[in-house]
Amino acid sequence: MRIVCPFCGERELGEFTYLGDAKPVRPAADAGEDAVYDYVYLRDNIAGMMSENWYHGGGCRAWLKVTRNTLTHEISAVEPAAGAGAAKVGA
Amino acid sequence: MAGVQTNRLDSGGLIDRSAPLNFRFDGKSFSGFQGDTLASALVANGVKLVGRSFKYHRPRGILTAGSEEPNALVELRTGARREPNTKATTAELYEGLEAASQNRWPSLRHDVMSVNQLFAPIFVAGFYYKTFMWPAKFWEAIYEPAIRRAAGLGRAAGVADPDHYDKAWAHCDVLIAGSGPAGLAAALAAGRSGARVILCEEDFTLGGRLLSDGGMIDGLPAAEWLVRTQAELAAMPDVRIMTRTTLFGVYDGGTYGALERVNDHLPSAPEHQVRQRLWRVVAKRCVVAAGALERPIVFAGNDTPGVMMASAMRTYVGRYAAVPAKRVALFTNNEDGWRTVETTLAAGLQIAAVIDARPDVSPAHRSLASKNGFTVLHGSVSGVDGGKDGVRKIAVSLTGGARAEVEADGLAVSGGWNPAVGLTSYHRGRPKWRDDIAAFVPDGAPPGMVAAGAANGDFGLGACLSQGFAAGAAAAHDTGHGGEAGTAPVADDEAFALTPLWHVAGKGKAFVDYQHDVTASDIELAQREGFESVEHLKRYTTLGMATDQGKTSNVAGLAIMAAVSGRSIPETGTTIYRPPYVPVAIGAFAGHHRDETFHATRLTPSHHWAAEQGAVFVDTGLWKRAQWYPRAGEKDWLESVTREVTAVRGGVGFCDVSTLGKIDVHGPDAGAFLDRVYINTFSNLAVGKARYGLMLREDGIVYDDGTTSRLAEDHYFLTTTTAKAGLVMQHLEFCRQVLFPELDVQLTSVSDQWAQFSIAGPKTRDLLKEIVDPAEDLSNEGFPFMAAREVALRGGIRARLFRISFSGEMAFEISVPARYGEAMARNLMLAGKQFGVTPYGTEALGVMRVEKGHIAGPELSGTTTAADLGLGKMMSTKKDFIGRVMAGREALVAPDRQVVVGIRPTDRARRLRSGAHIIPKGQTPGPGNDQGYVTSVCFSPTSDQWIGLALVEHGRERIGEIVHAHDPIRGEDYDVELCNPVFYDPDGGRQRG
Repeated sequence: MRIVCPFCGERELGEFTYLGDAKPVRPAADAGEDAVYDYVYLRDNIAGMMSENWYHGGGCRAWLKVTRNTLTHEISAVEPAAGAGAAKVGA
Repeated sequence: MAGVQTNRLDSGGLIDRSAPLNFRFDGKSFSGFQGDTLASALVANGVKLVGRSFKYHRPRGILTAGSEEPNALVELRTGARREPNTKATTAELYEGLEAASQNRWPSLRHDVMSVNQLFAPIFVAGFYYKTFMWPAKFWEAIYEPAIRRAAGLGRAAGVADPDHYDKAWAHCDVLIAGSGPAGLAAALAAGRSGARVILCEEDFTLGGRLLSDGGMIDGLPAAEWLVRTQAELAAMPDVRIMTRTTLFGVYDGGTYGALERVNDHLPSAPEHQVRQRLWRVVAKRCVVAAGALERPIVFAGNDTPGVMMASAMRTYVGRYAAVPAKRVALFTNNEDGWRTVETTLAAGLQIAAVIDARPDVSPAHRSLASKNGFTVLHGSVSGVDGGKDGVRKIAVSLTGGARAEVEADGLAVSGGWNPAVGLTSYHRGRPKWRDDIAAFVPDGAPPGMVAAGAANGDFGLGACLSQGFAAGAAAAHDTGHGGEAGTAPVADDEAFALTPLWHVAGKGKAFVDYQHDVTASDIELAQREGFESVEHLKRYTTLGMATDQGKTSNVAGLAIMAAVSGRSIPETGTTIYRPPYVPVAIGAFAGHHRDETFHATRLTPSHHWAAEQGAVFVDTGLWKRAQWYPRAGEKDWLESVTREVTAVRGGVGFCDVSTLGKIDVHGPDAGAFLDRVYINTFSNLAVGKARYGLMLREDGIVYDDGTTSRLAEDHYFLTTTTAKAGLVMQHLEFCRQVLFPELDVQLTSVSDQWAQFSIAGPKTRDLLKEIVDPAEDLSNEGFPFMAAREVALRGGIRARLFRISFSGEMAFEISVPARYGEAMARNLMLAGKQFGVTPYGTEALGVMRVEKGHIAGPELSGTTTAADLGLGKMMSTKKDFIGRVMAGREALVAPDRQVVVGIRPTDRARRLRSGAHIIPKGQTPGPGNDQGYVTSVCFSPTSDQWIGLALVEHGRERIGEIVHAHDPIRGEDYDVELCNPVFYDPDGGRQRG
């Protein structure tokens, strides 16, 4: 499998680490135990297009949001995580 | 020089008669020529018997001339290089080659186990499942070893492989599998268009079937066209031809696996060269021109040595000038089989008869028969009279019911051709059935791949050339190469009129899968017993599960299943195709990643100095760390470690701790960020101070710990454990980039940039004064416990100095740029000489941390909470942090959790060992009363006895209780007292002093 890193270009699978479903959002601090439990443990087992977190540890150390078909391994989109890349300017 | 090659033609073929090669088979000397395979050389020497079958030990001969061979498997080479199950049909002959037949004892000709044939009626499909069921305990001890001795293939060398293997990457626009007419035409078109091309050919010569069958291309004999084409391709700088290279698999994203047999054609690889190279090829397009495999017809006695595929016979006669039989009968159901007649006659050999299963034979063939004095029989071969010396007589069932006999010493068989659909089907593709050729052809392919020529079911030479050329041109065009491809090579198409015939009824064993001894009746039995699905059929009979993966047997097997189950062949379907196409040695997948180069080795900055000191090193992850520094006269490690600990506690010592993960955290939100990843607060840490921090996983379990210092308002320096250095970096980047992108913070891994030393002991300050610039204030007031700041060293180097202590002594850690690490170690030795400075290793480090009750890897086990480790009070209640909510779950705050406690044996002389279970005193050990286990132990020179840490239920409330330590692995049982885990200096006065 090959992933086109937005920062480094097309690289092979061995440079990346898979984490899992990119959809769950970390609950707010006051969301309560059930919401955090869902966030930590409950995952959809998707047969088809899935948005996933991948880490380019063998390259630029960016976290990427990869849209992948779990049936064919076809990758249709790769986006950097919201906080990936250079330092914020004027933040 | 061995004797004459009895079955070698005087002229013709692609062998070099000026280069004779001696070889041995089963200890007997023979000779062949450069350009031979082991199989062709055996044929040229009249050897018909080459092996014994897997189950029945039946005599077997050479069936094919390629990588689909099921029978002619040998042990090639000797000693450590002995390789079992090597196909004689693809093994190139070299001077001094030694090969031995397999699965026979005491010899190939007189094999004791051939009595299995007498018991053949019981060795049916599912035999093992049905027979060796009771008693169950007999299986491992008696049945399985006996079966493995009797049924089997070759013997592995049994010692380490002395050869080297390599792994490499290649990139191209167009990858081509196969160098027959279709593959070469594809290479011409793609190469002329300007594409970067890699062409892989598993044979050692380009040409595919052209080498055996000839033909006319562009008005030239095939051999001349081959020369011209190879010259043109060689002149193209972007076309890379790789012979002896099998494309064995296709993976995701246009990645392909190929095995290059770099030096398998030599006795051993030349010095500094690899034997095989595993290629990962990244290609934008792939043209599969892998050809087709001729398939046998299943009839009684079809495994008799001397029965051979018709195309293989043409190969041996035409390409190798080797004569498998002098009087040949041909059994065919298609027009292509007749080409063997032409080749055989052209070589001056006799045709005994042609048995053609089709209703009609063309007038041209009839006149060929009458001109050459052989008969054409309409019917099928129903039996073979012969044995280990080959075929003698062939029984024929004529159409209409009459019987005939043909005397011949060889039988060529053609049941049609199966396109090589492996590569196109490896992404779970299912090939589709084509009635006109009675074969499966690719139905689509993985992205970027297309099949052409015979691999696509189009067998004619003209069709192969035009399809290959078109596929090559299209692949080049698709990858942005629009150069002038010129015109496709032109040739006529041969006729291929086929009437399907799979199985001829008759008396005697009729083999479908030669290598696994699966017969037609096994398939019929499987159907009767309900194993009708092809996937069940495969596993019940082991059809297609041998090293050849059923290349010659799968389609015939499912055709027979279709017939007995009353379904069509496409309804019956195929099993799933999986790579590799040919067996690939594990050594090739491992490449250089074996032994000491199994993984990368990381050396600490002071490694070479430590090696000079005679340090004993220990592997911790990828690192080599100094474990202790033995001195002359010390009788064991314990004596050295005890000396090191005593020297530190009484004077001063130092230890390289550079393996800790080190991360610079910069930015206005650095403090806020650390507050979210640690359970305790860092935003309120004063500049110039250090603080111990603990991280949880989001599920509430402890993840990692370390000391983090604030070097400036917007700059923290964070350390991790050695084991988690990479993972914590990944975790923190996830927090920063994905969870909290709103924070303005940046992370930089500086693990490799800083050499870090722990300097510990009451004389630490004295030693440091010799190293640090005198202007720096190192007094207890000027640099108190947990202070951290940058200092200048004598000579001007800037260092980071941290007043932190893992040992419990007055201690500092000092970081210098990694390039000064070794000089630092040498300077500490030099400057510390007057104070008796002692370098110490990880073992003494560990002893002192257990004495101080500090947690480390064994306690950070992925099962413990902060409270389990006695650090529950660190959890801030004023902020959110990773793991906060889940850490409050009922089970994680249960009162009976196992918590860290100290232990010491009631018998002061007893040695402790990690892993022992804690059981209440007086009870019989069992799962029901297991209350925890010992995590860390050491001999404490300070306590003068063994001490340890343990995780024990209610441990903190049971201080002083005597419990039982049960160690079933070492067979030890003894009592220990639960105690405070801080054995040394419990009020911490020494580290603050």
